[in-house]
Amino acid sequence: MRVWIKNGRVVDPASGTDKRLDILIEKGKIIDIKPKIQARGTKIIDASGLVVAPGFIDMHVHLREPGQEDKETIATGAQAAARGGFTSIVCMPNTDPINDNRGVTEYILSEAKKNAVVNVFPIASITKGEKGEELTDMADLMKAGAVAFSDDGMPVQNSQVMRRALEYSKILDTVIIDHCEDTNLSSDGAMHEGYYSYLFGLRGIPASSEETMVSRDIILARSSGAAIHVAHLSVKGAVELVKEAKRKKVRITAEVTPHHLLLTDSLLERYDTNLKMNPPLRGQKDVQALKQAVKDGTIDVFVTDHAPHTLDEKDVEFERAPFGIVGLETAVPLLLDKLVKTNIISLQRFIEMISTSPARILKFDNKGKISVGADADLTLLNLKKETVVDVHSFRSRSRNSPFHGWTLTGAPEMTIVGGKTVFSA
Amino acid sequence: MAFSHKHLLGIQDLTSSEIVTVLDTAESFYEISTREVKKVPTLRGKTIINLFFEPSTRTRSSFELAAKRLSADIVNFNLKSSSTVKGETFKDTILNLEAMNPDAIIIRHSCSGAPHYASTFSQSNIINAGDGFHEHPTQALLDAFTIRQEKKEIENLKVIIVGDILHSRVARSNIYLLQKMGARIILVGPPALLPEEFNKFGVEIDFDLDRAIQGADVIMMLRIQLERQAKNFFPSIREYRNLYSLTTERYRRAKRNAIIMHPGPINRGVEISTDMADCAKSVILKQVENGVAVRMAVLYLLLGGKEREGMD
Repeated sequence: MRVWIKNGRVVDPASGTDKRLDILIEKGKIIDIKPKIQARGTKIIDASGLVVAPGFIDMHVHLREPGQEDKETIATGAQAAARGGFTSIVCMPNTDPINDNRGVTEYILSEAKKNAVVNVFPIASITKGEKGEELTDMADLMKAGAVAFSDDGMPVQNSQVMRRALEYSKILDTVIIDHCEDTNLSSDGAMHEGYYSYLFGLRGIPASSEETMVSRDIILARSSGAAIHVAHLSVKGAVELVKEAKRKKVRITAEVTPHHLLLTDSLLERYDTNLKMNPPLRGQKDVQALKQAVKDGTIDVFVTDHAPHTLDEKDVEFERAPFGIVGLETAVPLLLDKLVKTNIISLQRFIEMISTSPARILKFDNKGKISVGADADLTLLNLKKETVVDVHSFRSRSRNSPFHGWTLTGAPEMTIVGGKTVFSA
Repeated sequence: MAFSHKHLLGIQDLTSSEIVTVLDTAESFYEISTREVKKVPTLRGKTIINLFFEPSTRTRSSFELAAKRLSADIVNFNLKSSSTVKGETFKDTILNLEAMNPDAIIIRHSCSGAPHYASTFSQSNIINAGDGFHEHPTQALLDAFTIRQEKKEIENLKVIIVGDILHSRVARSNIYLLQKMGARIILVGPPALLPEEFNKFGVEIDFDLDRAIQGADVIMMLRIQLERQAKNFFPSIREYRNLYSLTTERYRRAKRNAIIMHPGPINRGVEISTDMADCAKSVILKQVENGVAVRMAVLYLLLGGKEREGMD
């Protein structure tokens, strides 16, 4: 059946569109876009007062399946994504087993096909077992459906291995995503190193652990000519490095999470384990630099780094708690309220960073845009709607969010994947 | 009396007048330990649990004696005999102990913030006996008690704290306490163990002990964990000793009658020479003695009845 989305404010950064348009969908594709469509026998979605955006893509998600289904499954993660306004999620390979071979990639895709309400794209690991030693069969993994490569969580320390991965990635025209952390510098740190880690008596993760690896990756990307994507940028020094590399035309892109844009290390005084993630919450000047980098284009993409953990795992001493927080169901309201409503960035820029740019980086040619022939993945936003974050309402299997109780203006109203409504507020 | 806390989690939570209250109370208890019968009935009927997730002899015995001299019942749980080795969580351990209706739980834990975390779900009075690198409030209180005993006033004294500041809960609690009492504090140690940002605590920092010690009234030496060397915080014990050990020669630069303190256990011949540790100006054993009185005061202030019955 055809779907007719009427009267919405269509905002599509790919074409620079921002006007009232109707959209007609058939067989999962957009078949017409006009100020006034006349159609019969269609399902009508009245988008009056709503923003119609190209479907949001979260290119940094941990789905935990296979292996840790008590935290999240592909099905529940996809449900959380739909509720959060995401039509596509890209999942990291640090499952159990690691997604380092065709079998795991195919398993994820087949589970997603059966159970996921949004598109799921697997990222395969750079090295076997994320051990940082031997490269995976990258071409075979891509053929199986992997869309990028990363050893997220266990970043490649050996520079020669990273160099070889970057070089090899060129035959595949793919991107290497690096969680930039020198694990010798961060060692057993639990929070950002600085005044507050000294105050709270916690071992620190210094800014230099991120800066060192970002600069290494820039040098290797430049010498290899390959594309590198820096995961969850968190410190000012690394922002400056990326900015300079972009100026020198290195093939580099970068992402940032809402929590690194909105929270700082000073909040850890109550040892709240829902404020523990890696990279850790940084200082005020880092937050300012990240916001500036979002504005000036140094940072390309918003991601959640959705990292589900059970209540039990987080209900322990701070240093013993695992890193990570969930983000799929809070990211869009947080960014709309804290960055768009406050005019730090425009609505166009927001949509660019959460849809257009990730589609470009991952070469999702039919996504991240509203145009005839494109996939009918759409996110409808209500910019006026006020919601209160309630972790108990999450569709995710986990509840580890520091944003519980926050009142936010602006929320996803409807999520449409391939023409099918998968979430409606 | 100005002391209305349920828990003693850290010096950061105390005002200077509350600190004075603890010290004054400790003074009134001090004499009990010198009696023939070292016991008063003040906390009779109270149950206290000494829950130690880290090895400790000094602090644990000090709390135990303090409780016993106030007639409280005290039970010791050590990491090795506790069920944490059986996979029970910290929270479950506390909840299980609490099911036996104690009045207070004294916690020593290697994770910073563990007592604070316990206070979020526990009904008992929680007393921090040292958490990670964070705080060791009763140590700072007994140090202050000792300084006051020796120097009368803490205000305007020049205090140097020497050694592994980064990993020291004793240093932190002392910084907070001595600062509230108006002392001038200089932290001394090698850069990796004394990051520059410690100056944001409102103290001075110096990498040169020979310079910092000049005119000091109080010299507080910290234990150097020998395993820090393995992580290259400093090159060798030999180097450390050459630069940061308290020797007779270095002591001469301090103010006349400067007192020498150490929270123990001491590494003789490493951070402090044997003749310094045992000299007349060393108050290291007095600190230990005073610890009992100070902990009696803390237990009394947190658990005690309205009347100070049975004091005499």
